[in-house]
Amino acid sequence: MTVLKNVRPLGGDIVDVRIEDGVIAQIGTGLEAAEVVDGAGAILLPGLVDLHTHLREPGREDAETVATGTRAAAVGGFTAVHAMANTDPVADTAGVVEQVWRLGEEAGYADVRPVGAVTVGLAGERLAELGAMADSAAHVRVFSDDGHCVSDALLMRRALEYVKAFDGVIAQHAQEPRLTEGAQMHEGDLSGQLGLRGWPAVAEEAIIARDVLLADHVGSRLHICHVSTAGSVEILRWAKSRGISVTAEVTPHHLLLTDQTATTYDPIYKVNPPLRSPSDVAAVRQALAEGIIDIVATDHAPHAMEDKECEWAAASFGMLGLQTALPVVNETMVRTGLLDWTEVAARMSTVPAEIGRVSNHGRPIEVGEPANLTLFDPDVEWVVQASDMVSRSRNTPYAGMVLHGKVLGTWLRGRATVLDGVVVEFETV
Amino acid sequence: MRHLLSTTDLTQDEALSILDTARELAQVADRPVKKLPTLRGRTVVNLFFEDSTRTRISFEAAAKRLSADVINFSAKGSSLSKGESLKDTALTLQAMGADAVVIRHGASGAAHRLATSGWIRGAVINAGDGTHEHPTQALLDAYTMRDHLRGNTGSLEGLNVVIVGDVLHSRVARSNVWLLDTLGANVTLVAPPTLLPVGVETWPCQINYDLDEAIVKADVVMMLRVQLERMNAAFFPSAREYSRRYGLDAQRMRTLPDHALVMHPGPMNRGMEIAADVADADRSVILDQVTNGVHVRMAVLYLLLGGQEA
Repeated sequence: MTVLKNVRPLGGDIVDVRIEDGVIAQIGTGLEAAEVVDGAGAILLPGLVDLHTHLREPGREDAETVATGTRAAAVGGFTAVHAMANTDPVADTAGVVEQVWRLGEEAGYADVRPVGAVTVGLAGERLAELGAMADSAAHVRVFSDDGHCVSDALLMRRALEYVKAFDGVIAQHAQEPRLTEGAQMHEGDLSGQLGLRGWPAVAEEAIIARDVLLADHVGSRLHICHVSTAGSVEILRWAKSRGISVTAEVTPHHLLLTDQTATTYDPIYKVNPPLRSPSDVAAVRQALAEGIIDIVATDHAPHAMEDKECEWAAASFGMLGLQTALPVVNETMVRTGLLDWTEVAARMSTVPAEIGRVSNHGRPIEVGEPANLTLFDPDVEWVVQASDMVSRSRNTPYAGMVLHGKVLGTWLRGRATVLDGVVVEFETV
Repeated sequence: MRHLLSTTDLTQDEALSILDTARELAQVADRPVKKLPTLRGRTVVNLFFEDSTRTRISFEAAAKRLSADVINFSAKGSSLSKGESLKDTALTLQAMGADAVVIRHGASGAAHRLATSGWIRGAVINAGDGTHEHPTQALLDAYTMRDHLRGNTGSLEGLNVVIVGDVLHSRVARSNVWLLDTLGANVTLVAPPTLLPVGVETWPCQINYDLDEAIVKADVVMMLRVQLERMNAAFFPSAREYSRRYGLDAQRMRTLPDHALVMHPGPMNRGMEIAADVADADRSVILDQVTNGVHVRMAVLYLLLGGQEA
């Protein structure tokens, strides 16, 4: 039995919250228990749900494992993460997704929901056994070839149709492959000057336009990964106004950083889709505020040191995100007045849980609900250091930056995974 | 000036100081003993991840005329092709005590990485990085223009320079645009629209798709090398069509003002961007560019290393 004292659910009035047997047992004032955590007025949120995480296991355990990645998730305030399919072997069979799911269960720091590959080996040629993954112990509902676009229009149509049988959703990595061969950074004024091959916005927008039309035609759910351009926002706005069943995510880094970072030639800033122009950043912030972009998803992408300590073109795409997601959203969306805490809870917990069909996450903070909770102090100022990263990797683009807000505690079904901002070490089973 | 990575880093004073120093050092070439003791005991490493015999031997000659010790490190196959990483190569050079590293690399920004990563302490000279920059080429081009058209003194104020060809993939074009603008010249880029980068309209230069129109008032026409494989990526339909529209042949050359120079950074595709009789014409200063390359590189090494303790 634990009492969280002096906490503000969704930024509201200060109360005490008593947790018992994995659920919220009582909300009131003057509550006591053997174990007390004093929130000192910090914000209480439903445990965050990430729809887009790379845990790298199996295959690249030198960069991240399910255990290390979910510890980073917990420190970031997440209680559930969706593990992307681009592992080695690819998560394109029931066997692999069950392995990843089980590793998550064993670690115990966050619920791991594996994402299944849409096509065998992410090769974009034939459908993976989507039904088998859906029926497996991992209960896969989100399917994605993330890292690769399902660029074949017919294959995409069939995938959208097929997953309707088990209420699945296709999460598209929108990138027209021919327009982005060898692409290194956002195509704009800077790419031309820096001599880095451009990744044009149209390569994202063209696929989103095609896919919302396909989703409309076959009446399926579609999710768009990591929306990064102002043009994509306009297409989504149009699609939603037509009632098309499309949802979209934006990453913390696309809310904060711009293509200007590439002038350093430091590939810590190399990511796919690339960091865009300041006007794109303004557009995705506004879209997230309006709900045109539904959720924030981290695209947490750990990479070994040697894959980033090299020349730009040789470096891997991707950056860490779990541990800094909430502070970055606080910085870009809350402190700017674009979102309040109820809206943050929707965009980082409730709606991602709905899209992923994750039961018992993203629930209201009410008596009888599962105690998946995050306690966040939005005011504490800190300088990000790569060495502070709980992930096995160090590739954070925020090193040296001042951010506001830190997760004080995280509870998964009533069990603390993080206390005082530090991972709780579990007894090994 | 600690490194030479990009011509955007040079002020007009710094650029003119390099050109003036090069002019002084050029006189060494006329002496029976073509050598100065300035950099005795200093080590210059030529770190070439790409084949480029002409640039490498130019830097080598420059360093040797200043009495530096020269190590040629041909690291063909960078980390891009699973060789030793740039970092390990750099750490190795640092351990050997390199005072300056001249780097040619296929990846844009490689010289910048070397200079800013903390892997080495010596001066870094960019000898061409991917499709980004090739600053000593631009400096030797400016030297050649100044020598032929401005009595080898002062800036290039008002000089009309037309650069023709594959600007998109050309590090020479980028370095030239920034440097020539700094020196006061008026630059016009001529290319098919497919071979101009997005955002080129923000560069300090004019754009023209019509070579015949652009060269009428040119003081200098600089032809860029066009690689035939670009044709396969649909940048232009055929070599013949490219040559007709954007190549410099004898007939086009006759429309140039009498004093105008023809330049090319080499290596040339004779018959493609430049006709053989144009390359060999009196107004062609292509071999002067090669000669001046040594002077300019001597000046850069001298200015980067000369002031330091040996």
